[in-house]
Amino acid sequence: MSKAMTGARMVVQALIDQGVDTIFGYPGGAVLPIYDEIFQQNSIKHVLVRHEQGAVHAAEGYARSTGKPGVALVTSGPGATNAVTGLTDALMDSIPIVVLTGQVPTFMIGSDAFQECDTVGITRPCTKHNWLVKETDRLAPTLHEAFHIATSGRPGPVVIDIPKDVQFATGTYTEPRQVETHYNPQVKGDMEMITELAAAMETAKRPIFYTGGGVINSGPAATQLLRELVAATGFPITSTLMGLGCYPASGDNWLGMLGMHGLYEANMAMHDCDLMINIGARFDDRITGRLDAFSPGSKKAHIDIDASSINKVIKVDIPILGDVAHVLEDLLKVWKARGRKTNKEAMQKWWHQINDWRKIDCLAFKQEGKVIKPQYALSRLEELTKKHDRYITTEVGQHQMWAAQYLGFEDPNRWMTSGGLGTMGYGFPASIGVQMGHPDALVINVAGEASWLMNMQELGTAMQYNLPVKQFILNNERLGMVRQWQELLHGERYSSSWSESLPDFVKLAEAFGAKGIICSDPADLDDAIMEMLTHDGPVLFDCLVEKHENCFPMIPSGKPHNEMLLGETADVANAIKSDGAVMV
Amino acid sequence: MSPLKIKKGATSHSAYDLRPTFSDKVERHTLAVLVENEPGVLSRVIGLFAGRGYNIDSLTVAEVDHLGHRSRITIVTTGTPQIIVQIKAQLGQIVDVHKVNDLTVEGPSVERELALFKVEGTGNDRIEAIRLADIFRASVVDSTLESFVFEITGTPEKIDAFAELMQPLGLQEIARTGVAALSRGAVA
Repeated sequence: MSKAMTGARMVVQALIDQGVDTIFGYPGGAVLPIYDEIFQQNSIKHVLVRHEQGAVHAAEGYARSTGKPGVALVTSGPGATNAVTGLTDALMDSIPIVVLTGQVPTFMIGSDAFQECDTVGITRPCTKHNWLVKETDRLAPTLHEAFHIATSGRPGPVVIDIPKDVQFATGTYTEPRQVETHYNPQVKGDMEMITELAAAMETAKRPIFYTGGGVINSGPAATQLLRELVAATGFPITSTLMGLGCYPASGDNWLGMLGMHGLYEANMAMHDCDLMINIGARFDDRITGRLDAFSPGSKKAHIDIDASSINKVIKVDIPILGDVAHVLEDLLKVWKARGRKTNKEAMQKWWHQINDWRKIDCLAFKQEGKVIKPQYALSRLEELTKKHDRYITTEVGQHQMWAAQYLGFEDPNRWMTSGGLGTMGYGFPASIGVQMGHPDALVINVAGEASWLMNMQELGTAMQYNLPVKQFILNNERLGMVRQWQELLHGERYSSSWSESLPDFVKLAEAFGAKGIICSDPADLDDAIMEMLTHDGPVLFDCLVEKHENCFPMIPSGKPHNEMLLGETADVANAIKSDGAVMV
Repeated sequence: MSPLKIKKGATSHSAYDLRPTFSDKVERHTLAVLVENEPGVLSRVIGLFAGRGYNIDSLTVAEVDHLGHRSRITIVTTGTPQIIVQIKAQLGQIVDVHKVNDLTVEGPSVERELALFKVEGTGNDRIEAIRLADIFRASVVDSTLESFVFEITGTPEKIDAFAELMQPLGLQEIARTGVAALSRGAVA
């Protein structure tokens, strides 16, 4: 049924038809007609953020935690330019979001009008696709196609730029099912390649699954199939920062995260494996370390929906283009049909080796004295919250790596962090988006004080909508990761890496009407965390931690996976005696 | 394995040595890209090359199917085999791109370019210019008593050769269209 309506009404109608229940936005001159329509309906809840960057990160948090596309609505000019960081973040981490931007009327485009900018020009390199809609009749089909493109293939952000006269004018509304699109990425993998991988799995002596965000983006079926595959084969599994939760952290075959600040056993296993099965990861530079020494002796398979991710930095032997869930389903079928074979004897040796590496206990730390170690703070947070229906977001820096190391994720969509772009200021607005998608869940943003200040204005949003997001700030009064690099690589010249004139976070919380908690004594930590958890409302938790703690393990400059720096308490003596150290 | 094993004030300021592991020979490829004839599509394609640091040696674009709303972009690019594969995959990722063909590897193809040459001269130079133009099957599309504008069609190499010969004979200006290319045989 085609209906005549204004462009502004079409926007709301299209969002309803796409199943959108929540949008994040900030009004302005060029989107007033749309806001007028939002005012006159009850199907979609609009969350007024305090800065457009916050709207986009909130939409990302919503998308990552629900598996549905996130939607943000911003005005022209500065509204659109403020959205750019969030768009780039979503592009790097493959997060499906739809961002609607207002634009000056079509007859004023190009005239340097008030609050005009070339939105499609500016956002072209930081979106999966974007459109400037110049006719009201084209608006509804474009909106529907936008949702299709954002969510299919490798997901990503899209922008629809809507001039104000297009919002006012009347046109014909098109329903989603009437829209045709030529964009239909291949989801089934090549059976010949899948069979080759199954055969390689049968004979592999030292196999490893290297999984990434693609597993989570592929949906719940992919996670289920992955877990079935790991259980059936008994292969060890590691994951990138983006893939945490695709396999349970409590699972027997879990090696922990890999990469620059990944676990010793995970990186050693990656280096020494003879069959690497990459599922939905992209050989990021934080993962590979020195390229010419990256897992030198292994046959590599790569399952990815994005052809341009295959053979981009690492040459693979078995490329499989397709959706993770579809490919894993076929892989399991083929492997089972061929007799469920693995090289049991070699596998036993392999696990023996891995268990030796595990004994090094690379995450060990000593909590002594009256100062809270950040690792201790996160261990306690993990212990006191792991039984909850819990979602974690983070900012970017040391605290982010520690959160990835010390918190355990049992399920997908529970961990929202800015991986590719590394956006400080991501975590707080993202936690707001997560809480909107899961009103009854425990949502914690693990933050550093410097990152948190980057989008602190969103405390107003959390208060306005009574979103009980917990801001767990590891406050070391430093830009910790910057400081760590300056210590290791720049001769301890700490150029601009300390936080001066920090606010009193408790008073800051109270100024917004939120609850503030400060904790500096390890003995008080558990009680303080419990106080945070039991408070029904936003909490700003100022956890004063050791100021000069470094984040280990770490793969340093120009080093391969098997030359990690370990923390001071790691059992180095054993490391040298173990088979692993002899092998490398 | 102590935390401070890195020498103080070390000169390497990157966590990783990002030297590429593929140092293969640079190749020249001609890509035919069939795109939706939408505003901004050329910018997307060029932006990809600029943003990722790929080379464009030649670029030709025009609508080829008015009803089907299709344009054809012919790009000549250079890079290592790995870069070329990456360029094709990245082009394929663009929503408005329908098809990417690598004419250099997908069987034999024909390449043509059109160029206009303005040559100024009198006396022997002028006679020599028109003689060479005749050998190259260039035609005269404009003439004054002391100048010619030649039109020449051929492979880029042929046009390069002609340019070299015209240089000492009073070459003033060249306009080249860039390469248009099609695969040989009946199949599109």
